[in-house]
Amino acid sequence: MDFVIKFASEHESFRLPEIEALAVLEGVNLKVKEYSSESPFCVVQLPSVEDAKKLLRRSVMAHSIHELWGTGATLEALHEAIKSQTPHLWPQYKETSFKFVVDSYQGAHSNEERLALINSFSYLPFDGPIRMSKPDNTFTVFELWPFNSVPLKIEHPDSIRLGRFVATSARDIIHKYDLKKRKYISTTSMDAELSLVTANIAHAAPGKLFYDPFVGTGSFPIACAHFGAIGWGSDIDGRSMRGEGNKKKNLPSNFAQYGLKPQLGGFFSADLTNTPIRRRRIWDGVVCDPPYGVREGLKVLGLKNPENATWLIELGVNEWQSPDYVPPKKPYSFLTMLDDILAFASDTLVDNGRLSFWMPTANDEEQEIPVPAHPCLEVVVVCVQVFNKWSRRLITYRRLPDSQVSKSDLEAHEKQRAEAAAANTGTTADDLNPFRRGYFRKFEAES
Amino acid sequence: MKVLSLNFLTCAVKACKSSSDSYPLHPQDAELVQDEIELNPDMLINVLPRLDWTALRTTSSELGFPALPEQAPTAEELQADEKMIRDLHHLLLETQISEGKLVCANCGHQYAVKEGIANFLLPSHLV
Ligand SMILES: C[S@@+](CC[C@H](N)C(=O)[O-])C[C@H]1O[C@@H](n2cnc3c(N)ncnc32)[C@H](O)[C@@H]1O
Repeated sequence: MDFVIKFASEHESFRLPEIEALAVLEGVNLKVKEYSSESPFCVVQLPSVEDAKKLLRRSVMAHSIHELWGTGATLEALHEAIKSQTPHLWPQYKETSFKFVVDSYQGAHSNEERLALINSFSYLPFDGPIRMSKPDNTFTVFELWPFNSVPLKIEHPDSIRLGRFVATSARDIIHKYDLKKRKYISTTSMDAELSLVTANIAHAAPGKLFYDPFVGTGSFPIACAHFGAIGWGSDIDGRSMRGEGNKKKNLPSNFAQYGLKPQLGGFFSADLTNTPIRRRRIWDGVVCDPPYGVREGLKVLGLKNPENATWLIELGVNEWQSPDYVPPKKPYSFLTMLDDILAFASDTLVDNGRLSFWMPTANDEEQEIPVPAHPCLEVVVVCVQVFNKWSRRLITYRRLPDSQVSKSDLEAHEKQRAEAAAANTGTTADDLNPFRRGYFRKFEAES
Repeated sequence: MKVLSLNFLTCAVKACKSSSDSYPLHPQDAELVQDEIELNPDMLINVLPRLDWTALRTTSSELGFPALPEQAPTAEELQADEKMIRDLHHLLLETQISEGKLVCANCGHQYAVKEGIANFLLPSHLV
């Protein structure tokens, strides 16, 4: 059966990846027949109406899904298609209540035009009552118009479809998790929609364990917990989780705000490069937005110049058990941190577990930072959110079972990492971070 | 943090990782909080193969819970044993450590837990 998915008209590059991830998660056999980033309407083939409901029930990028009754380049062609393809369906709808609505993308109709359009379907033998509110069936005329149709006074859409409404998505939850209504957030909290999409693409689900090594105020574990996973997280900055002063506003209170306390695994202060997590196959998913190091250079635990700071070392030896002790930090390479994340994920994800993380890059190809690679991780999909001069990408990997990993690739990769670590002599925040360097040069070419 | 977390955590000091004494960390002066959580047997069956059972037995007895069997149950055994499911659910998921310390038996460091959040940050001579 064919269905029309009506997508949100934003974050286009996340729409199909989310639907495809959900198809895998829900075990739905999905075939995408027509999709364009320019159109919110997508045609897919699915085994049944039940599968259509399953596919959409967690989606935040889709609005709704409809059983497709016909497609045409003109209204006449659409009627032809409906008359030749759907008469076997008509008897089911003979007595039920119904309504027709028009959904024109990039186009507009006067009320008279809309009414005439709807009336052109009157050959359908529907004898049930027309109900504007809660009808048994809603039929939508989907029109795709060319860009700028209204000012250009274009008279006809490029394509017209008729669909019978099957189900809505979970897009409403974006409002529930809106940062404006969340009690505890910071400047780097990830917005609700993108956190929820990340959780979907990473396959957060009931009974699964998820971890965010750069948890901050907890946007990702909260989104994962919404979908039933248990969320853990850590951050080098303990205050980001505990909140300042006011004890009522912190990461755990965010879980409480949404009734997600049962899904709170645990939070702790830790540096990813000195993590207390065992290198064992624990997590179903690792999701994070690592520090870009633009405002403050990226830091890890340690001293930049230990030879000049004996007193700091001594202070550490004597004081580190005291509750007020703040350990020193040193700058670190952004690219090395990305490799550390991949190494950590490949050590701690279960087979087929997913790593999804956000990574900034320049739009200029010359300055683009390549997608990091690891022999144990297969890239599932890369989604892009484009800003003016830079973009951030959501990169998702799947942990390959060891039987599918080449031993020699793995050895070569580890050797390369060790050599890179030894050769890494940069010490300033800029040396260590090509993205930060580009950002402050406004992504002009390096001279 | 849920008691299950303790099964995943070891001493953060790199030099300790090779020592078997660094895992599991030992709770000290631990204040426990219990929350009633809906039972999800699938969750426990999913987690079972990831548990270090020997470490879990240690943690369980150190926190004053009844002794766990010497051998980890198989998924089938667990599925058939409703009491064991309930006991594990209670220990791993319903019980949280809210205050106290987690101690490494190798280096002796005490990681403080405050308001449920443990602190694993290290001074420069240990990183
Ligand atoms: C972009 S923010 C993530 C924000 C988070 N997604 C949220 O919703 O609040 C990056 C976080 O990484 C933390 N961080 C920086 N360096 C770190 C390190 N070496 N290890 C662990 N966390 C680190 C920062 O304290 C910051 O909270």
